Amino acid sequence: MTIQTLVTLGVFAPLLGAMIAGFFGRRIGNIVSQSVTTGLLFFSCAISWIVFSQWTWGGLEAFTVHIAPFIHVGDFQSNWSIRVDAMSATMLIVVTTVSSLVHLYSWGYMAEDDSRPRFFAYLSLFTFMMLALVTAADFLQMFFGWEGVGLASYLLIGFWYKKDTASAAAIKAFVVNRVGDFGFLLGMMTIFWMFGTIQFAELFPQIAGKVGTGWEFLGYTWSALDLAGLLLFIGAMGKSAQFFLHTWLPDAMEGPTPVSALIHAATMVTAGVYMVCLLSPLYEHAPTASLFIAIIGGITAIFAATVGMMQNDIKRVIAYSTCSQLGYMFFAAGVGAYQPAMFHLFTHAFFKALLFLGAGSVIHGMHHEQDMRSMGGLWKLLPVTYAVMMIGTIAITGLGLPGVGGFAGFYSKDSIIESAYAAATSGHSAAGMFAFVIGISAALLTAYYSWRLVFMTFHGTAKWKDDGHHAADDHASHAQLETHSEPLDGDDHAHDDHHHGPLSPHESPLPMVLPLLILSIGAVFAGMIFAPHFIGHHEAEFWRGAIFIGADNHVLHESHNVPTWVKWSPLVVTLLGTFAAFWIYVLKEGVAKQWADRKGPLWTFLYNKWFFDELYDAVFVKGAKALGDFFWKIGDVKIIDGLGPNGAAWASMKSGGWLARFQSGFVYFYAFVMLIGVAAFLAFAIFTWGA
Amino acid sequence: MPHILSIVTFLPLVGAGLLLLASLMNKGGQDAAAPAARWIALGTTLVVLAVSVLLVAQFDPSNPAYQFVENYAWFAGAGYHLGVDGISILFVLLTAFLMPICIVASWKSIETRVVEYMIAFLVLETLVIGVFTSLDLFLFYIFFEGTLVPMFLIIGIWGGANRIYASYKFFLYTLLGSVLMLLAMLWMAHETGTTSIPELKKYAFDPAVQPILWLAFFASFAVKMPMWPVHTWLPDAHVQAPTAGSVILAGILLKLGGYGFILFNLPMFPVASQMFTPLVLTLSVIAVVYTSLVAFRQTDIKKLIAYSSVAHMGFVTMGIFAGNDTGVQGAVFQMLSHGLISGALFLCVGVIYDRMHTREIAFYGGLTARMPWYAAIFLMFTMANVGLPGTSGFIGEVLTMTGAYQVSTWAALIAASGVIFSAVYALTLFRNVMYGEIKNPALQTIMDIDKRELLIFVPLIVGTIWLGLYPNAVLDYTGPTVEALTTAYRAAIGG
Repeated sequence: MTIQTLVTLGVFAPLLGAMIAGFFGRRIGNIVSQSVTTGLLFFSCAISWIVFSQWTWGGLEAFTVHIAPFIHVGDFQSNWSIRVDAMSATMLIVVTTVSSLVHLYSWGYMAEDDSRPRFFAYLSLFTFMMLALVTAADFLQMFFGWEGVGLASYLLIGFWYKKDTASAAAIKAFVVNRVGDFGFLLGMMTIFWMFGTIQFAELFPQIAGKVGTGWEFLGYTWSALDLAGLLLFIGAMGKSAQFFLHTWLPDAMEGPTPVSALIHAATMVTAGVYMVCLLSPLYEHAPTASLFIAIIGGITAIFAATVGMMQNDIKRVIAYSTCSQLGYMFFAAGVGAYQPAMFHLFTHAFFKALLFLGAGSVIHGMHHEQDMRSMGGLWKLLPVTYAVMMIGTIAITGLGLPGVGGFAGFYSKDSIIESAYAAATSGHSAAGMFAFVIGISAALLTAYYSWRLVFMTFHGTAKWKDDGHHAADDHASHAQLETHSEPLDGDDHAHDDHHHGPLSPHESPLPMVLPLLILSIGAVFAGMIFAPHFIGHHEAEFWRGAIFIGADNHVLHESHNVPTWVKWSPLVVTLLGTFAAFWIYVLKEGVAKQWADRKGPLWTFLYNKWFFDELYDAVFVKGAKALGDFFWKIGDVKIIDGLGPNGAAWASMKSGGWLARFQSGFVYFYAFVMLIGVAAFLAFAIFTWGA
Repeated sequence: MPHILSIVTFLPLVGAGLLLLASLMNKGGQDAAAPAARWIALGTTLVVLAVSVLLVAQFDPSNPAYQFVENYAWFAGAGYHLGVDGISILFVLLTAFLMPICIVASWKSIETRVVEYMIAFLVLETLVIGVFTSLDLFLFYIFFEGTLVPMFLIIGIWGGANRIYASYKFFLYTLLGSVLMLLAMLWMAHETGTTSIPELKKYAFDPAVQPILWLAFFASFAVKMPMWPVHTWLPDAHVQAPTAGSVILAGILLKLGGYGFILFNLPMFPVASQMFTPLVLTLSVIAVVYTSLVAFRQTDIKKLIAYSSVAHMGFVTMGIFAGNDTGVQGAVFQMLSHGLISGALFLCVGVIYDRMHTREIAFYGGLTARMPWYAAIFLMFTMANVGLPGTSGFIGEVLTMTGAYQVSTWAALIAASGVIFSAVYALTLFRNVMYGEIKNPALQTIMDIDKRELLIFVPLIVGTIWLGLYPNAVLDYTGPTVEALTTAYRAAIGG
């Protein structure tokens, strides 16, 4: 079997699983649905690893499998195809590995749910759409996958559709993503009219020729490549929850936790980063767009970290953490360090999926409690979960000794920070120093919020033993408690558990523990093993042109030669942050509650997530409603109908009872008018050309 | 098959004649004739569908000229002139495709005056197919204006409580356009000495007169589309029409406007078309944003979908007057796709209306728990309506926007914002009707769709997905015709 056939099977296997479980789930039952989808996912995962190892060590050439034409209208040509190169091979293993483990994990996590076939069908559908996205050879198929993962995300966030908060969060995710898609579409159209193609292979060689040219858009002349880059980046901002378009991601935590791990941490939200890196030939020639990316990425990294520090819902902490880490990836790409960005995407997938699934294990063990203020002291009762969460936390905080080694995040995050510094000193990016400072500051906060999570959950006094532990609620404002429970479909039993009865936290079953252990291996070793290929000495032979680096871009090279203090500073701030969390949540346990009770302005501001939701609600949601009402009740009813059909004639006819007497009068009248028309035609014809 | 176009056009009338005969021969009165009437109507529409498929199979898509032409001198210069090109043949197929679905959809919901109802639908089918096949001005006028008579009857007799007001509004708007179009046609026949549409397409109308003629046709077609601000008849007409009436109205009758633009305005008055392009693009993008926002605030499901139709038709007019391949192909595609999707959405409303006899959104909520299959189907068409890639709804939107981008980036930008608004109203509707707990006790026993209803949806699902994944099935047909059209258009405006 050729590798082409193999990879085609790998891409379509999840779709097959989704269709079987989706259409026949009720007939074939839960176990068969789960087995089929999970089995096909592991099959797909095995193929992905074959492709990836062939690529990394076997000298596989880049290739594209053409499956069928999609749209052909003049130059607007798109094909269903599977493109395999370093970029897509990396994504293949990220997506299928996390997805197959999440499928397996869900056997345990969703065991009590009565719509499991639907859940597994959605998971597999998502995986297929994600694979369609990463293997696209043109913008249109990419957009198909792009919106397809959005659909799957919508379905999975709203999986517990009876819950109003879940269906609201699902709409929010879809709509905010659509704001991004609006940019993506305009970017694609701009590319099309600029280059006469939407296919990557035809586009990339042409880009250098457009440097310095202008482009008319909305009446202004823009720098052509910057405009295209900016518009497309708006799409990336939506999908990857960047500042301004981030508000959907925390709410997306309404979905079941395996979904959060797969879609809203490891894979879908990284699609924006993937796109920017894939389009490196464009962004390398679009300095303004790149600058914008670096700035947005930097702001997101620090913004999300500040909010993450204050969250009490365990999943929301990790959600903001994801947002912040995505910011890292973007500012890396923005300063020209695409390889470190992709590397961080890669390592982040393992440790972030691990953290989410670990949190899921906690939630499962705590009978659907998500508020960390009601946890504490769990390490004895959930030892495995505790161990893997420690591993995940060490990995995300990037703990490691420069020159020696560390867990996965150490390699990728330090590389990003060093690249930012190198971009600043080599003068490659005007945002370099900004990105560096942000990178260091956010690393401090990352350590703080990540360890805070561990300490609040596993250490300290066990709050869940208190009777009526929800006394803590009185200082929690509205915003955060929306999502503190995950009710099961049509079953309030589990929900009631933690409100009334005594709680007995327990360790999770094997299907949940096993994925945690496997991901732990990734969180520990992914950096060590793959750093040489992604960012190290074998970097050029690994990427083989899949990432384009301009002639004047020496960021990655320089990043290996930064001063010693730069190399050590992430470690220093990480230790500082860790200690701060330890001091506040272990040594001085209770001090955080005092701060919260005081409700200082800074606390309020951060706790309420910079008031973005309130602002957007007031401006966009209320605005759209008001405008809609205005157009409808004033525009349509008062103005258009008032001046038109409801004018004087209608009023007089109505009052005169004319209508009542001639109920079907219009028809006859109309037919009469038409007949007059026909007659006129005839008469005219006869007199004009007659005889 | 000789005279295949005449056959496909007038076959429904034969069915209508049979129905008449059956009802005359039946002594049992109305009710006794009803079952036979349904079967005769279904049989007739299925035969028409079969003949149209045959027609499409014999059509040569690579040839942009009119095919299967039948041309007989009738009287005084006017001719019985039929023919189809790569655009009109697809509308014939769409009509023939939707008609049996409408008949089956009316199987149980129409219980009074069934024979007349079926006759009205069959007559309507002949008239609509006639619009798409006629190549003579005179013939076109008869068919085009004639379609409204059965439509009025369908709304007026089998419609809802407020049907008189709806018919009145519908009538008033349409009348204005018709009169102007008739005058323009008379003038054209007089000026050129021919009523042959292919001849008229070749005739170079005086650029000074073109704007007047253009506006006259525009008045008629803009109401039909309908374009903003002459759209307010549509929501009322939909709300009052029976389900199948809405399907035909949204699925086919609205397309007569777009078809008219492609048949008359663009090829016959290119100079005026170019001159009025800014006007049309402006009205189109206003339609997209304005009606989407209005749709968002509706409390009646049918009204919401009707407003969404207006927004989607905005993409059509925008694509047509972009005047390039991408735009016009996209516009034709969008019309066909909207025929399937809006038809399906109205059928979705019909499913719950038949059960609960209300279209109030607030009445519903939480239906997914009781109606999982219905939920899946409704969601699929909601997503198609939102223009999700993989459904036909996406293809039309992306092509028309891309086409418009070349002419006006502002138009493309505002139209693209429609992808946000459509998600807002469509998903909000879906949430309010389908998600949440069932709170209304009346819904506790509501039943999921039955086999007959599933049968209605299956062809629409297949069509929507198939065209979404393989749009070239349509684009290969429209391509050469559109290319010839746009080439001539560019040549005429010297572009």
